[in-house]
Amino acid sequence: MTEHWPVIVVGAGHNGLACAALLARAGRKVLVLEAAAQPGGAAVTRELAPGYRVSAVAHLLHLLDPALASELALSRYGLRLAASGLHTVALSGTAPPIVIDGAEIRRGEVSVADRAAFAALMPRLARFARLIARQHGRVPPRLAFGSWREALPALSLALDVRRLGQQDMREFLRIATMNVFDVLEEHLASPLLKGALALDGVLGTRLGPRSGNTVYAMLYRQSGCLGGLQGALGIPLGGMGAVTEALSAAACAAGVEIRCNAAVRSILVAEGRVAGVQLESGETIEAQTLVSNADPQATLLRLLGARHLEAGFAQRVHHIRAVGTAAKLHLALGALPQFAGVTAAELGQRLVIAPDLGYIERAFNPVKYRGFSQEPILEITIPTVHDTTLAPAGRHVLSAIVQYAPYDLAGGWGQGRQPLMNAIMAVLERHAPGLGNLVEHAELLTPADIESQFRITGGHWHHGELTLDQIMMLRPVPGAAQYLTPVPGLYLCSAGCHPGGGVMGSAGRNAARVVLGQG
Amino acid sequence: MLSRDHFRQAVHATPFHPRTAAANQLNAWHRWRDHTVADAYFDVGMEYNAIRNACAVFDLSPMSKHRISGPDALGFLNRLLTRDAARILPGRVGYCVWCDDAGQVIDDGTLFHLGENLYRLCSQERQLDWLLRSALGFDVQIHEETDAVAALAVQGPTSCAVLRQLGLPGIENLPPFGIRSYPFGSTALMVSRTGFTGDLGYELWVEPDRALLLWDRLFEAGRDHGIRAIGTLALEMSRIEAGFIQAGVDFLPADRAVRTDRTRSPFELDLGWLVDFSKPNFTGRRALIEEQRRGSRYRLVRLDVDGNKPAKDAFIYDSRRRNVGVVTSSLWSPAAKASIALATVEAPWGRPADELYAEIYYQKELRWSRVMARCRVVTGAFYDPARRRQTPAPDR
Repeated sequence: MTEHWPVIVVGAGHNGLACAALLARAGRKVLVLEAAAQPGGAAVTRELAPGYRVSAVAHLLHLLDPALASELALSRYGLRLAASGLHTVALSGTAPPIVIDGAEIRRGEVSVADRAAFAALMPRLARFARLIARQHGRVPPRLAFGSWREALPALSLALDVRRLGQQDMREFLRIATMNVFDVLEEHLASPLLKGALALDGVLGTRLGPRSGNTVYAMLYRQSGCLGGLQGALGIPLGGMGAVTEALSAAACAAGVEIRCNAAVRSILVAEGRVAGVQLESGETIEAQTLVSNADPQATLLRLLGARHLEAGFAQRVHHIRAVGTAAKLHLALGALPQFAGVTAAELGQRLVIAPDLGYIERAFNPVKYRGFSQEPILEITIPTVHDTTLAPAGRHVLSAIVQYAPYDLAGGWGQGRQPLMNAIMAVLERHAPGLGNLVEHAELLTPADIESQFRITGGHWHHGELTLDQIMMLRPVPGAAQYLTPVPGLYLCSAGCHPGGGVMGSAGRNAARVVLGQG
Repeated sequence: MLSRDHFRQAVHATPFHPRTAAANQLNAWHRWRDHTVADAYFDVGMEYNAIRNACAVFDLSPMSKHRISGPDALGFLNRLLTRDAARILPGRVGYCVWCDDAGQVIDDGTLFHLGENLYRLCSQERQLDWLLRSALGFDVQIHEETDAVAALAVQGPTSCAVLRQLGLPGIENLPPFGIRSYPFGSTALMVSRTGFTGDLGYELWVEPDRALLLWDRLFEAGRDHGIRAIGTLALEMSRIEAGFIQAGVDFLPADRAVRTDRTRSPFELDLGWLVDFSKPNFTGRRALIEEQRRGSRYRLVRLDVDGNKPAKDAFIYDSRRRNVGVVTSSLWSPAAKASIALATVEAPWGRPADELYAEIYYQKELRWSRVMARCRVVTGAFYDPARRRQTPAPDR
C-alpha cells in the first residue's frame, strides 16, 4: 500500500528542516526526504581526511534567523558558537594587514582621514543592512494587489524606507542599485580597506566590484544579527553541520520523520495539483502538501517538469540566473600556518585576500569568458583555532571560499581542476610562505562539484543571484514569490526564495507560515 | 535555407506569383507578413460572387505554417492550446486558439493532425517564437515551414466539382475538417476541407515547385465551373458573413499589446467552446478559471444593423446613449441582404435582448451624415449555407 503523508518536505537543508520543524510544531505530520546519507544539505560538516572535518560549503555563520533560533530553541538542541564577532584581517602581501572589527579599525596602515570616513560609513551601512534585515521575516508583497489588505506589505516596505529619515533614505535609494567600487571610491582611499569591504559585495555572486547590485549584496551580507550584533560573523562549534544537526534534533523532537538516502526523482501531479513524489528507488509516497527545499529550477523544471506549468511562468523559471562562480578549498594542515604579518591570535579571524579593487576586478574578468581567476580572491577561516574537535591535536583545517571559478569552465573541470588548485596555492604561498609544505590533504569543490554533490542547480549556493531583479517579490520569479507555486499544494522554501541564501532559515520559516495559512 | 543576400528583398512573391500577377488586371497588391498578395484581380463584387455562386481560388501561401513532431507533440499541443488536442484525430483539422499565462489570446489557427506525432499548425501571425518558448520540457521538434508549402483555397458551391474534374476521386466524400492526400506527379497533393469563407470549400497544399502546375490544372478543370482568382477584399467579405474573427482586426494578439486592457480572452471572443477546463494544465488556464469566477470584461457580438449603411468603425451605444463598444468588422452583406458587423462591447452588454445602436458616419458625394442605427445581436454565422456541411458534397 502506498504511504501517505499530509506534508512532505523535499530536502533536509537548513530551510527544509526549519520549515518541517515549524509545521510539525503546528500539528502537521511531516516527512522530510533527503537524498544524502545525512540531513543538512549544503550546511554540513564533512570528513576531509581521516580525523579532519570541515564545513562543506558555507563556513561562517552570520545570517541565521534569530527568531527561528529562539522559536526552535536551537541552543537547547546543541547549537554553540566556537567563536563569534570575528574580525576581518585584510591581507596585503606587502604592507601589514588591516584588522577590522565592525566599524572600528583595530590596526593597520590607515590614514586619519580614512579612519574617520570609515567610522562614519559603517554605521550608516549598518542602518541600511537593518532595513534589509527587517524584510527577512516577511512574506514578500504581491506585485498585483486587488485589495488594501494585500497592499499592506508593500506599504510597510515603503514605510521602512521612509523611516530611515530624509538623509539616510536619499542615500539608501541612491546607493542601493550602485556598484561597490563607486561607493567605496567616494569614501575611502586605502586600497586594502576598500578591497576587504568590496569582497563582501561580490562573494558568492557572479559580479565584480564594478557590477551593479554589489552594494545590495554587501548590505545583504551584513544584514545578519548573530548574538544580537549587527553583521557579526561566527563559527559554529563542530562546523556548519552543527546548525543543521540542531535543526534536525528540533524537528525530530517536534515529531518530524527524516528519511535519508531517499532522493526524489519526480513530483507527482494529479488533477492539476500535487499528489506526492516518486523516489529514485521507484517508490511512490503520496502527500497533500509538498514543500521543496530544492532550488526553484530543480523543483519546477526537473522534479515537477515544465509541462505542469504555464509556458510564460516556465520561461521565467528557466531564466533565473543561478550560475555559481564560487569554489571551496579545504586543506588538512600538519600545523598552524604562518601568514605574513598576522599574529597567532588573529589566525582564528576571517582572513581575506582581496588587496585592492583592481585585484578583484581582474580576478572577475576571466569568469565572463568561462575561465577561472589566475589570482583568485579568498575568504579564509581556520576553524581549528577555536574548535579542536575538527582535527587531531596540533593539526588544523583551512577552509577558503575561492573566486572566481565558473560553473561551466571552458574545456571542463576534468582538466581545469589542477591548474585552479595551483593558482590558489600560489596565492596562499605568497601570503603564507611554507603553507604548501603543511598540506596533508586537499579538497577543491568547483561549482560543478557543488551541483553534483549537493544537488544545487548551477552550483550556486544562494540558489540564484542575489540581485535586485531576483529579490523579494521577484524571488525566485513573480508568480511564486510568496512560497506558493502555481501548482496547488506545491510550496518552495529554499534559499531561491525570499530572503535568499546564506545559512539563514528565514525562507523555511516564512514558507511554514504560508503553508499554515498565516502568511 | 536562406540565401546569402536574402536581406536585399524584404517582401517576397508567393510560389503562385507568376500566375497571380498575370491575372491581376488591377495590379493591386498588399503585404501579408513577408509576401505580397492580391487585394483584388478585376472586380471585388465579381470575386465575391465566385465564392458564393461558383468557385473562387485564393493564394494563402503566406499563411504561417509550423510543423510540430516528436514523442511529446500531443502533450506540447495540449499545454499550448486551450482545447483538447487529443480529440483532433489523425486526418482531421481543428480550429483552435492559444493564450498567454494571463489567458489572453495570442492567435487563432487551424491544427492539422497529419500523422502519428505529426502536426501542422497554421496561423495568420508568425508563432515560431512562442511555440519554441512553450516547448521547454517537451520532446518536440518545431519548424516553421511557411515557405516549404504552397497553398490555395478553393471555395464555393462548385469547388467540389472542380476538384473532381481535377482528378481527385472521392473528394466529395471528404467530410468538413477532413484531410486527404492524392498523388500529384511524383509528389503528393494534400487536400483539406477547410476554409475562411463559411462555404463549401477546400484548401490545397503542395510543394512550392508544383505550385504553377497545380494552378494551371486547377483553372483548366474549373473552366466550365466559373472558377476565378480572388483577392483578400472578397475573402474578407465572406469571412465576415461567416462570423469568423481575424487577428489584428477583431482582436489584438496578446504578444503585441502594450496596454493590458486591449487584449481579449477566448471567452471575450465568443470562443469559450474552445476552452476545455477538464485538461489539468494549459497556458492561461488559471487566469481563465479566474475570469469565469469574476466575469469577463468584454463580449464579441455579431450584429444585424438596421438600414443599408455599413457600420464601419462605428461606436456602439446602449439605449441611454452610453458608449459600450465599437465595431471591428462590418459589411453590407450581399448574401444576408443586411448590414452586418462584428463588434466588441463591454460586459454585460451583448445579450440577445439588448437594445444597442451603432453610430454610423457615411458620406454621399462628399457630404457627411450620421445615423444611429438599431442593432440586434445574432448568434452564429450571418450566412450559413447547408452545402458547407453536406457530405457527400454537392456539385453546385
